[in-house]
Amino acid sequence: MPTVRVYVTLKPSLLDSAGRTVAGSLRNLGFKELEDARIGKMIELQVEEYSEARVKEMCEKLLANPVIENYRFEVAP
Amino acid sequence: MKVAVARFPGSNCDQDALYSLREDIGVQAEYVWHGDSSLAGFDAVFIPGGFTYGDYLRCGAIASRSPILSAVSEFAKSAKPVIGVCNGFQILCEAGLLPGALLRNAEQLFVCAPVHLRAENRTSLWTQGVDRILEIPIAHGEGRYVCDEATLERLKDEDRVAFRYVGPNGERGEAYNPNGSTDDIAGVLNEKGNVLGMMPHPERATRSVLGLSDGQAILKALTLVGV
Repeated sequence: MPTVRVYVTLKPSLLDSAGRTVAGSLRNLGFKELEDARIGKMIELQVEEYSEARVKEMCEKLLANPVIENYRFEVAP
Repeated sequence: MKVAVARFPGSNCDQDALYSLREDIGVQAEYVWHGDSSLAGFDAVFIPGGFTYGDYLRCGAIASRSPILSAVSEFAKSAKPVIGVCNGFQILCEAGLLPGALLRNAEQLFVCAPVHLRAENRTSLWTQGVDRILEIPIAHGEGRYVCDEATLERLKDEDRVAFRYVGPNGERGEAYNPNGSTDDIAGVLNEKGNVLGMMPHPERATRSVLGLSDGQAILKALTLVGV
């Protein structure tokens, strides 16, 4: 059964306050090279049969909000 | 005037809303369930706050796809009053009934405090009775209103910014914006002005024994609508 991985990320123009906090924590741990961190979601879907059009529809109908997020997906190897 | 208070798994301001509407605003109010697909017999809808579906995926995302929202959408088109407060605002944005979205507060904190609000629009069904700076509580972790620049210009041009966070005398300033919202926006209206979404909780401020009663200025609008 194919597994599809959907990656949903906040648009680059929007402040990711959670990511900024994580970046601050990593810097506190000594990772001074860190400039920024951004947090997204990875959603694994198990489908009976893979259809690019159907997964795109799932992303647009629910998984991502086009006002604030971008998405991409791939079939897991 | 009979108001439907929509309940979803994870709503937690539903009882406050029902009580406030009945006891303090003086209108009829009844619950409707998220799985209901009809609002027959109702004249207005209140979508209360909470953490519907545990805020899974995005705040309001799952609730906005439930059957009752199709009915709310039809309702909104017919120019009847619809208000979404806090999570209710997030649900209306996710449903596409209001523009923009609400993200994690800029400073990562859940903010629970009274704020001052200035009604920018004074002519809509919801804001016509607001003639002064209001003090109303907020209680949210994800209330940072965002929209793209074109949408923001449109909201301003069309007089659809319902409320902005301001100081006690109505002055703008970063110090008065509790969550980093774009342009200090606390609430917005749809094109017709009958759908209002706002992060502050008017239903928690409708009698003086609660400390604040300025929510009356907004919710009393429901008594002015001819039905």
